[in-house]
Amino acid sequence: MNAATKALHPGESVGEQVHGHTHDHAHDDAHHGAQEGWRRWVYATNHKDIGTLYLWFSFAMFLVGGVMALGIRAELFQPGLQFWQPEFFNQLTTLHGVIMVFGAIMPAFTGLANWMLPLMIGAPDMAFARMNNWSFWLLPPAAALLLISLFVPGGAAAGGWTLYPPLSIQAGMGMDFAIFAIHLLGISSIMGSINIVTTILNMRAPGMTLLKMPMFAWTMLVTAYLLIAVAPVLAGAVTMLLTDRHFGTHFFKAAGGGDPILFQHIFWIFGHPEVYIMALPAFGVVSQILPTFARKPLFGYVSMVYAVCAIGILSFMVWGHHMFAVGFPATAQLFFMFMTMLIAVPTGVKVFNWIATMWQGEMTFETPMLFAIGFLCLFTIGGFSGLVLALAPVDIALHATYYVVGHFHYVLVAGALFSLFGAAYYWLPKWTGYMYSEFWGKVHFWWSMIAFNITFFPMHFLGLAGMPRRIPDYPLQFTTFNSMASVGAFLFGTAQILFLINVIRTIRGGVGPAPARPWDGGHTLEWEVASPAPHHTWETPPDEATVVAGLRLQGLEHS
Amino acid sequence: MRVWRSGAALALFSSFACASDSRFTFQPAQTVIARDIADIHNWIMLIIAVIFVTVFGVMFYAIFKHRRSLGHQAKPFHENTIVEILWTLIPALILIGMAWPAAKVVLAQKDTHDATLTIKATGYQWFWGYDYLDSGFSFKSKLKTPRSQIENYNSPGEPKDEKYLLDVDEPVVVPVNTKVRILTTSNDVIHSWVIPAFGVRQDAIPGFIRDTWFKAEKEGVFRGQCSELCGRDHGYMPIVVKVVSQNEYKDWVSKRQAAAKAAADDPNKNWTKDELIARGQKVYESNCVACHKADGKGGGPFPALAGSKIATGPAEAHIHIVLTGKNAMPSWAGLTDTEIAAVISYERNSFGNHDGDFVLPKTVKAARK
Repeated sequence: MNAATKALHPGESVGEQVHGHTHDHAHDDAHHGAQEGWRRWVYATNHKDIGTLYLWFSFAMFLVGGVMALGIRAELFQPGLQFWQPEFFNQLTTLHGVIMVFGAIMPAFTGLANWMLPLMIGAPDMAFARMNNWSFWLLPPAAALLLISLFVPGGAAAGGWTLYPPLSIQAGMGMDFAIFAIHLLGISSIMGSINIVTTILNMRAPGMTLLKMPMFAWTMLVTAYLLIAVAPVLAGAVTMLLTDRHFGTHFFKAAGGGDPILFQHIFWIFGHPEVYIMALPAFGVVSQILPTFARKPLFGYVSMVYAVCAIGILSFMVWGHHMFAVGFPATAQLFFMFMTMLIAVPTGVKVFNWIATMWQGEMTFETPMLFAIGFLCLFTIGGFSGLVLALAPVDIALHATYYVVGHFHYVLVAGALFSLFGAAYYWLPKWTGYMYSEFWGKVHFWWSMIAFNITFFPMHFLGLAGMPRRIPDYPLQFTTFNSMASVGAFLFGTAQILFLINVIRTIRGGVGPAPARPWDGGHTLEWEVASPAPHHTWETPPDEATVVAGLRLQGLEHS
Repeated sequence: MRVWRSGAALALFSSFACASDSRFTFQPAQTVIARDIADIHNWIMLIIAVIFVTVFGVMFYAIFKHRRSLGHQAKPFHENTIVEILWTLIPALILIGMAWPAAKVVLAQKDTHDATLTIKATGYQWFWGYDYLDSGFSFKSKLKTPRSQIENYNSPGEPKDEKYLLDVDEPVVVPVNTKVRILTTSNDVIHSWVIPAFGVRQDAIPGFIRDTWFKAEKEGVFRGQCSELCGRDHGYMPIVVKVVSQNEYKDWVSKRQAAAKAAADDPNKNWTKDELIARGQKVYESNCVACHKADGKGGGPFPALAGSKIATGPAEAHIHIVLTGKNAMPSWAGLTDTEIAAVISYERNSFGNHDGDFVLPKTVKAARK
């Protein structure tokens, strides 16, 4: 990793910014260069270094969570118990969920925001550089707690990533590890979010008003507000769980006058916005990639912003649709059904805008574009299955079945993860200064695309036929589709090794040096600095002429 | 619902050529609700198919025609207020067309009034218990599939039979064409009571009672599985409902009631010490053994009974603690006088305790006041 990361940040001496006026004073002060060795990472305050840390951490967690997923799929290849005891199977499903959500997807987007936001809005760094360091360095201990919990008496948390009591009150000390891990991850998220909000609101380049920011900045802004609002809610929920477990409270224990369903309400008041915390940044990434490769401004920028805000607000009013089977009165069932269906309107607007962006474009199909289009296709399928589940009566038939598993993997894997891959290929030239292998990028895309659908599409059929989720073993009529999904999962896992190899090879020189603007359709500010991006960028803000010229090409400035 | 049904047929025909294969879609509906659910699903799939083809048709047209390799020039338009308003309003209208029939089914699902028969389903880790509240008997319903078919760690195991994981020793029996109300609750963690063919799913929540209903239209056996993660054997607690004719049901109920009566204790019986101790062992094994253990040594927060002050001291204190509970121990006042008398007698004369005394049901009855 050391050689790789060194190449990733060659520092001041190599990089030369394209516009001299953005970088017009010499940097001979010692504190401006990157520190050497481990200090550079442990003491990191540079947004690019911290972004790099976040991205590698999330990729490592992605591999760990992925191996757990393969453990799950191996057991489900055939009916009967072949590999794991049921309780270990439950630990795998729980940790897979927690690690992928909190360890892989969320930190990956925070990493992207760290790396790209200052570059894209013309800021020298994130607003709170030291807090930024702390918010990253809380993650490894949290991940360690989760992994160590596998080896404590009773094993890791096994109540599903939703941690519903009373099951999670019964659990062994692995649950306490999970609770503390969630506390740390929550603190990290809140600090990361405060940093993002402050940076976006205060440090934009001259001429870049809020309604002229790149869409990625908008989606990260709304995401950060959502996180600040709901991360404390989750912390509260798990703290109540902790006191129920050890300090004799009865929040969720019916025997003491508590209510187990209260936890579900609190959890999903966090949990539904959380879905959009993982989806909105993906929208932002796709809104950057599509215009670049269609060589057209993003269609309907303002309606995109309104749609993101509308989704953010509506996401607080739909938590009950995760609980259609707890036995709400009819009025609550109807309210949550209507509100949930309403989210389809702004989401539809976004999809239509993306397609209108592609319409009459001059498209080329490099790997980032392929992942963006793959995102668009599969996320829409996930949206459609979400609409089916939103209908409360139909949800009664599909709730807690594999249909739901299929649905949220279409949204989170083909949605969030594909957009992350797209983002990685899109910005790798800027990060490393080298071009990645387009051939292997495309192989990675097509392989992932096909394997993904082999894995998750059959799950819709399993759910319709009634297979419950979170079971280690199943009746015989579900065998065919489960075997298929397992084969697909192993294929999908293999494809990600290609990605890792491609990234490492790019860091080591790739297929040649990348120009400052590797994509001729890219007009946001990050393409104004050299590739690789120097250790420090925009120490003096970009001048208004540069900003305005870019905004014109993005269709955001008309005078 | 007619419109939706004809749309449904069309959707079935067009989008799922394989829809007749039950592996691809819902299990055949056995109730009005299940049929309504399938109809709404088909109706919405039809709408989705149309939208999907239209939207992605446009997108793939652009992908194939508006590309640089064909020399297509970008046209840098980026807004159109009328189009944007239209594609906000039209989806909203389509959603109303989806929500309306769904809302009607929500109301029907929630209407548990005027049920002829009420059965309480209680979730346990990991089996179901059923109380026929109108007829006064109850039973437990446990997985019948042997472990030898399930565990294949070292060998392929015994061949799995057709009803693998879907068979129980005692199914719920209900009469055909009768509105049955199911009350759900739980003894420990949250479970969920599901019969897909009936379109019924209701979580079973400890400390709370929830309800749902169904009216099966055909005789037969219908199967479901617990669908809320409830711990280790979540995958091994199926739900089986046997729908029978009215007469068959009456016969079954009278047989069940007779059996329940035979199993009940006669309140006027004169118990001997040995009879009480033998009966007490059974009560102990089904209620106390989980915490105090078979050898009476307890464990963790659960105190030993062997040689304990309570079990070797005065009987009054022993009766008191069983009736009222203490710390982690709940009150066992729900047991009958005979059961409490028997289990106390057993505890005072086992695990090395030799009190030599025993407690009669009437003593317990007196202690309750």
